[in-house]
Amino acid sequence: MQNTPLFYTFNFYLFGIIAIASAVCFVTRKSPVAAALWLVNTMFSLAAMYIMLDAPFIGAIQVLVYAGAIMVVFLFVIMLLNLGQPSEIADVRNQKWRLIAGFVGLAMLAEIFVLTRSGSVAALTLPGDAAANAVIQSGAVGAIATPLFTTYLLPFEITSVLLLAAIVGAVMIGKQRSTHAR
Amino acid sequence: MLAEALFFSAVLFTIGVVGVLTRRNAIIIFMCVELMLNAVNLTFVAFSRAYGAAGQIFVFFTLTVAAAEAAVGLAIIISLFRHKQTVNLQHINILKG
Repeated sequence: MQNTPLFYTFNFYLFGIIAIASAVCFVTRKSPVAAALWLVNTMFSLAAMYIMLDAPFIGAIQVLVYAGAIMVVFLFVIMLLNLGQPSEIADVRNQKWRLIAGFVGLAMLAEIFVLTRSGSVAALTLPGDAAANAVIQSGAVGAIATPLFTTYLLPFEITSVLLLAAIVGAVMIGKQRSTHAR
Repeated sequence: MLAEALFFSAVLFTIGVVGVLTRRNAIIIFMCVELMLNAVNLTFVAFSRAYGAAGQIFVFFTLTVAAAEAAVGLAIIISLFRHKQTVNLQHINILKG
């Protein structure tokens, strides 16, 4: 990418490094509350990266839904179960599992690096400013809404069934039910 | 920016996998799964810049699935805690052979 301005590149790398550093902090924290807050930090940096990749609407709902709603639910459950303090029991698995995790991580990284080297299909690639032009033409929401409500209308409608099933499932599982009454 | 975004996404996904494999707290493992979903979302957005808006639509669906998954999964963790008084996966081993 030789035509992107230096300022843009610098900020993209900055937010990427913030995201990765926060993710490392998130995985290594003992306390669940600290881990959740580091994960929120990762999601904010990811939202910034989405906006820099010409997807402002996705960046906005990343902040609203992920950092706002989902992480609040997580913190709420941590509070509800009173798990805020780090437990006395060793939370991290033993040496064998750490070795397995390290091996799997290295293998996945190697695989993805090989894949990124293979290059993209030139016939399918849009010009570099196509996404930015779509946002300028039809607005941040319109660039998403037009394909969502035309080409992808059926998956969008099926999503409502998924959400209904999730609501009913969460209520049924979470319902206080005395075990001896059954 | 495609290669850089894919690099960051790969590293984030790998951190999520390592977290799932090394931690024992069910809630933290669940948050690691969310981190992996986020990493894939970054890949989708990066590719949507090169191949058209379909990637952003997929991110939209992934967000919906993640929200539904968080609701159901946390309900499962709460009912698990009610039975066992712990979320440490070492102590939840009824199905272990």
